[in-house]
This record gives sequence, C-alpha cells and structure tokens, in this order.
Amino acid sequence: MAVTPLYLITLRREARIESVFRIATLVSAWTVLLLLAGVIVTLIYGSLPALKAFHLDFLTRSKWNPVEDEFGALAPLYGTAVTSIIAMLIAVPLSFGIAVFLTETCPRWLRGPISTAIELLASIPSIVFGIWGLFFLAPILQRTVQPWLIEHWGPLPIIGKLFQGPPYGIGMLTAGLVLAFMVLPFITAVMREVFTMAPRSLKEAAYGMGATQWNVVWDVIVPWSRTGVIGGIMLGLGRALGETMAVTFVIGNAHRISTSILAPGTTISAAIANEFTEAVGDLYTSSLIALGLLLFVLTFVVIASARLMLMRLERGGVKRA
Amino acid sequence: MNNLRKRQINNVVAFAASTLATLIGLAMLCAILWALLSNGLKGMSWQVFTQMTPAPGSNGGLANAIFGSVLMTALGIAIGAPIGMLAGTYLAEYGRRNALSTTVRFINDVLLSAPSIIIGLFVYTVVVMQMGHFSAIAGAISLGIIALPVMVRTTEDMLNLVPASIRDGSAGLGAHPWRTITSIVYPAARNGLITGLMLALARISGETAPLLFTALNNQFWSTDLTHPMANLPTVIFQFAMSPYQDWRSLAWSGALIITAFVLFLSILARTLAGMFGKHQSAGE
Repeated sequence: MAVTPLYLITLRREARIESVFRIATLVSAWTVLLLLAGVIVTLIYGSLPALKAFHLDFLTRSKWNPVEDEFGALAPLYGTAVTSIIAMLIAVPLSFGIAVFLTETCPRWLRGPISTAIELLASIPSIVFGIWGLFFLAPILQRTVQPWLIEHWGPLPIIGKLFQGPPYGIGMLTAGLVLAFMVLPFITAVMREVFTMAPRSLKEAAYGMGATQWNVVWDVIVPWSRTGVIGGIMLGLGRALGETMAVTFVIGNAHRISTSILAPGTTISAAIANEFTEAVGDLYTSSLIALGLLLFVLTFVVIASARLMLMRLERGGVKRA
Repeated sequence: MNNLRKRQINNVVAFAASTLATLIGLAMLCAILWALLSNGLKGMSWQVFTQMTPAPGSNGGLANAIFGSVLMTALGIAIGAPIGMLAGTYLAEYGRRNALSTTVRFINDVLLSAPSIIIGLFVYTVVVMQMGHFSAIAGAISLGIIALPVMVRTTEDMLNLVPASIRDGSAGLGAHPWRTITSIVYPAARNGLITGLMLALARISGETAPLLFTALNNQFWSTDLTHPMANLPTVIFQFAMSPYQDWRSLAWSGALIITAFVLFLSILARTLAGMFGKHQSAGE
C-alpha cells in the first residue's frame, strides 16, 4: 500500500484552506452589498401600507395626526431642508477658512495639534452634541443672539419673516448651528486633503507672476480642487440630512412649518427617533418607515454623488478622503 | 500700484478670516469639553458606577447602563469586525480592481456615511419584529452593522500600506495567498488593523439612534440578551429630556464617561496609526 508522502498531505491541506479562506472573504465582500439591498427592500416593504394609503400625496401633505391616522411628510421634510441649509451656510465658510489656515497660514509645528483638535470634534458622539446644545447652547442663544435677531432683523422686509416669534432657545436655528459644528470636521478634512494636492508648479507659477498668497489660494488652488471641494461639501450635507440625536434634542419636535427659523420644528430623523417606539397602529409605524425611506433616498443620492466626485479625483492618483 | 495694494489688503483680510474660523472651531471644541467637565464631574462619584439607574427623585447610578453598553458594543464588534476584516481583505488582496471590488468599495463608502437611524429601522424590521420584542441582541446587531463599513475601509487601507514585495517573497516560496495574508501581511499591518478596530469601537460606543428601537432600555440590571437592556446613550437621552434634576445630572455624567472613552480611543488610534505609517515608510 502506497503511503501518501507528508508533504503532499500538507500541500493539499494548504490548498483546501486556501479555497475556504478565499470564499470567506468573497462572502464577506458580498455581505456589504446584501446589507444595502436588505436595507432598501426592508424600507420599501415597511412603507408600503403608508404609500398605499397616501400615494405620492405623502410627500406634499403637511398634516401629521396620529389620532386621525393622517400622515404627511412635508413638515419633517421642510425641517430637514431648513436645518441642513443653515448648517451648510455656517459650516462651509468655516471649514474653508480652517482648511486654508491649516494648509497655508499655520506655522508647521501647530498644524498637527490643531488638525487633531478639529478631528476630535468629529469623534464626539452626537448625543453629546445634543445634550450640550440643549443645556448649554440653547440658553445662550435664547438670551443673546435670538432677541437681537428678532429686534434688528425681524422688522426687515422679506427676510424679517425668518426671525419672528418669541426666542424659544430651541428650534431650527439651534439645530442648524449644532449640525454645523458636527459636519465641520468632515468638510474640513476633505478640503484640506484636496488643497494639499494642488500641484506645486501651478502655485509657483502664480507666485512668479506676483500673486499674493491669497491670490494663489483663491485663483489657483480653489479652481484646481473644485470637484473635491464640492464632494466634501456634499459629504457634509449627507451627514447633516441624516443626523438624528443632536437634532432631536434641540429642534423642539413640533410637526409644523414655520417661516421663522427661530420656531420649533422637526426633521425626518428626529420624527423617527421620537415617535417610533411609541407609534401605535400599522399606518403610524408604516408612515415613520416611509419617512426613513425618504431620508435614505435623499442621503443616498447626496452621498453617492459626493463619493463619485471624490472617486474621480482619486483616479488621478490621490488617496481617498 | 493701487491694484497691488488692494490685493495685499485682501491677502491680510482673508488670512485673518481663516485664522478666525479656526479659532471658532477650536472654541466650540473647548466649549463642549468645558460644559461636559463642569456638569459631568458634579454628579460623578463611585455611585455612578455601582448603582442602578434610579427612579426620579431617588439616588442611583448608571451601572446597568454601563454594563449594557460595554456588552452590546463588544458584541457589535464581535459581529462587525471579522466580516469587515475579511471583506477588506478581499478588496485589498483578492479583488483589487475587479468589478465586484469597485462596487463593494463604493457601496461601503455610502454605508459609512449613511444615517445610523436607518440601520435601526432595518434591524427593527428584520430582528425585533420577528422576535416580537426589543432585545439586547438586536442592539448588538445594529451596532455590528455600523462597525462593519468602518472595518472594511480601514482594513483595506492598512493592507494596502504593506509593500507588495514581501507578498511576492512569500509567494515565491510557494505559499498560498491565504498563508501569505495570515502569516505575513496581517502581522505586518498589525498596528494598522488594531487602529481600525479602535476606530470602529469609537464609532459605535456613542451610537444612540439605532439602539432606541432595538435594545430599547431597561431600568434594571439585566444580562439576558433576548430582552431589552439598558445602555448609556439611551439612558442619557431619556434622562436629559426629563424634567428631573438628578436624572439630568446623571445624563451629564454619562455623557462625560462616553466622551472620555471615545476621545481616549481616537487619540490612541491616531498615535498607533502614526507609528504604523512611520514604520512602513522606514521599511520601504
């Protein structure tokens, strides 16, 4: 009887493990895709009752009345849009400033500590932003900024409508402000990365023609890194749209549409977080899941376009941000 | 010369503004940390770690919530990390540039920034509704799903830092890819992989939204994975939104504990990643 040599046994074993390991990694990679597919299917399935009851009117109705089983997404949709716009109006210029500071102005030895500090802002859990916004930021706004806005900007024609009503402290403006500081580190990180990628030769050519440092930033680096900058902003927007806990703390959770940004409102994610466990009745639950589907579609479009933009940059040999 | 003068003034104004923006950003970080420390330390005592969450008006701590958070976070990592690491390995070692890898990479990046509350809804429908009630295991699964894309991404990035030449060396000796990966590439990327693990841990330990309707909450000590379990984020949410002063004080202490833990992890991860980067470039 022939005895299989030991080395052959080892070789076969190694080959067997190879196929098992390879399949394990392949299955894991597929898991990521299946997960996304699962999320989509589940959300659509869960929102079917609501979509059947309200059809596309769901998007345009502002009524949200659990007692009468009447649900419309307009108020949360409006709140999500307003808070995200406020957040972006504040976060984009600030992030741009910080990115310029870190790449151009900042002395080299300070760069590390300051960029670490800004990145730490990103790792603070959103619930901490929430509790801080509710007990620290909101009272300050209520005493200082909001009365000032109401007094000085409230009487203005047209834009005055945005600053009317009593200073609640909490509301859409506060939510937007908290969101701004939550997305700021993400936008800053992307901007900083694309700014440092601008080719040295372009910058030196501009300096050679007598450009000031700011001319170089604004007329050379920014146009060159335009795609990346927009990608970073969209990434921040995607986060602002879906951010839940911090907003839930400070927005006031009222299903209504007010022109004043000082008034309480609600957002899609805040409505889900607040009402989901208390929702009685299939239609109520289903309407909340339909809100979830809406949020998913919105953020998916925004994030996917951001990633596509950043991927285009990456193909030019740049690391992912 | 007038034009030059104008540009120079613009230059000074623009950089002053950028410095101001940085100061505002730093001031916000300080304001948050200050508020956390001043409010969180007030209520901090050994009681916080040894007693159960109280009824309003009575004394208590956060022991059950801390235990629940640690348990569910650990389970979440146990679910998300192995799958994430294997998927990342596929992207960096086997798939590289094929169509599947490109798709997975893109979808993973989308999942990375997707709202966590959506994951909560998903797990609620798939796990909680099937079981018929809220449970700690549902909470752990949703945390695992959130940790997964972080692990995929960091694993791929870290494995890509390992020079191709040592893979070729191993293959030249007749090793199968799995042997090369587990005996050569993983050890070479060890610090990087640990960094990824810590980033995933930091990411999920403060997550609240997906726990609200998966693990729910529990006022009492529970070790039963099939039942609702207290956890720090949900307790902080409930206590902070309440009108009771002692509950609010506990919420601040809880927030301080979570933030301290997460910041510690983030800084540790950065330090490790820095060491890993240096080590790799020295080895090139």
